[in-house]
Amino acid sequence: MSVFVLRRVLTLLATLVGASVIIFLVLDALPGNAAQMLMGADASADAVRALTVKFGLDQPLAVRYLQWIKGLVVGDLGNSYVYGTPVASLIAERLVLTIPLAIMSMLITVVLALSAGIYTAANHNKLGDVGVMSLTQIGIALPNFWFAILLVLLFAVRLQWLSAGGFAGWDDGIWLGVKSLLLPSISLAVVQAAILARVTRSAVLEVLREDFVRTARAKGLGKREVLWSHVLRNAMIPVMTVMGLQFANLLAGTIVIENVFYLPGLGRLIFQSIANRDLIVVRNCVMLLAAMVVIVNFVVDVLYAFIDPRIKVHDL
Amino acid sequence: MADPASLIEVDNLGVRLNTSRGPAQAVRGVSFALKRGETLGLVGESGCGKSVTALSLMGLLPESAVVTGSVKLDGNELARLPDADYCKLRGNRISMIFQEPMTALNPMHTIGHQVAEPLRRHKRYSAAQARKEVIALLDRVGLPDPAKRIDAYPHQFSGGQRQRVTIAMALACEPDLLIADEPTTALDVTIQGQILDLIADLVEERGMSMILISHDLGVIAENVQRMMVMYGGTVVESGPTDEVFRRMGHPYTQGLFRARPKLGARKGTRLTTISGTVPELADLPVGCAFADRCPLAIDQCRAAMPPMIKVGAGHVVRCTRTDVSMAANVGALSA
Repeated sequence: MSVFVLRRVLTLLATLVGASVIIFLVLDALPGNAAQMLMGADASADAVRALTVKFGLDQPLAVRYLQWIKGLVVGDLGNSYVYGTPVASLIAERLVLTIPLAIMSMLITVVLALSAGIYTAANHNKLGDVGVMSLTQIGIALPNFWFAILLVLLFAVRLQWLSAGGFAGWDDGIWLGVKSLLLPSISLAVVQAAILARVTRSAVLEVLREDFVRTARAKGLGKREVLWSHVLRNAMIPVMTVMGLQFANLLAGTIVIENVFYLPGLGRLIFQSIANRDLIVVRNCVMLLAAMVVIVNFVVDVLYAFIDPRIKVHDL
Repeated sequence: MADPASLIEVDNLGVRLNTSRGPAQAVRGVSFALKRGETLGLVGESGCGKSVTALSLMGLLPESAVVTGSVKLDGNELARLPDADYCKLRGNRISMIFQEPMTALNPMHTIGHQVAEPLRRHKRYSAAQARKEVIALLDRVGLPDPAKRIDAYPHQFSGGQRQRVTIAMALACEPDLLIADEPTTALDVTIQGQILDLIADLVEERGMSMILISHDLGVIAENVQRMMVMYGGTVVESGPTDEVFRRMGHPYTQGLFRARPKLGARKGTRLTTISGTVPELADLPVGCAFADRCPLAIDQCRAAMPPMIKVGAGHVVRCTRTDVSMAANVGALSA
């Protein structure tokens, strides 16, 4: 088990290093000098040069990369070119919104998808199955920002149950914060849930055809018991794999959704920083997103070993 | 025909399955009775309806299957019984061992958990009681070091050991009837004998009835008191095992017997085969299903399903030409 985890940790670190190189190179190749952007088109060449030196942009590529990595390790991400404040605290402010948003939409995704997937598999080819599967087909086809606007029109404009945008923060009670993230997380979750429901359904159907399901029935277990105690755990492996991959989609989705709902989250910070050529913020935010995706997939890998007793042995 | 001594009584059982080629009459007019402690063998090629017959006794046919006729356990009708009631019988009074020990166990649960399930469900054992009983069962089926291995997972066992585990599982609640569907087909030849001996010992020790399904005449000859030969969803010959082997009446039974590989045959001799292939169950003929492959077939065979002809004590053959087939078959065993 520990060898299994250790090997996965090494893979994780290697992936992070690879991601950091790509992120750094891509952002470096982007046209537009941050110093020039900040000072405006009319600024004198000397002034731009002075600012370039101040930001350390005159250093060779490799030196700047290593400085960045060193900063990442010790937790010093540098200062924003635009705001002048530490990037770390800028990001921390935004994570207070984005992490709860991601968790809420993942929860909604999982609850919707597992119940729909298990229900449809248990009622294979019956009316309920066909109905729910048609809904998921629509769900997959929906662009989430458009669905978000529909939700706003219904719940904020017509019914006036929820606000159309903005974030209430956590200071006035958890419920207010959750309430302001409700519509965004639903709009993010719908597409993901539709995909995951279909994956769950086919995974469950596949396991239902296994010999051991018939063995379990031959022991006198009812269909429902067999589903819960024998089928689901076997079906969870493909479902979790897709969940891990969906987490990356979800984070990318926050960039769009936070803009639709005027939420001051990480996605919006990235969006604004790109517009301002505040590349030091962009670079660190993207690196953070990459790290979150890699870590979530690492957790999924480790969970496999907890769910499936065969994995430990194979990998030792 | 209600015989109070019968444990299981099957009367005119018919099963229609929905296949990709349309509805198929997988089993037609199968009737037999089995007394407590009696053993019955079902022989035939793949697709002859022997497994479907077994699954219909277990109530485990696909939902779309249409079952006609009657299956009685101690006089109580089982055919078309609601699933919830059937669940109380399965694994409790009727148990089944399947062909593939490698896939018959859930890879995610320990074998102890899986063997304990019927005990906890039917006998309401506590976890501790069940564990004790499972260790005793695993010990009885010859699994080495059961107290330690009870918490191991299926992938940590060999095929033969896994089949021992499924046997323990099937026997946990001391069923009245054990159905063994090709229990040794997937195992190494060296293990097959051990597993069959184990099953035979357990059947005798616990006074169970057993239905043993096999395509292997040798396995049937050594392990059951009575046998039924199935072809195209019908029983073509049935009788006491010794009697059937001594005087095979149906040309199909004779063909099966001739087709078995023999030790000591001269090198280069080809195995005898039955020409032609098994008929499609979706497209069965009106008359004898074997007529197209039968060397003795006459027009009458194709006109209507031949009746069962009694040829000996408890020995019946579904063939109109027994006069010829049985005359030609004198001394079949020495062939």
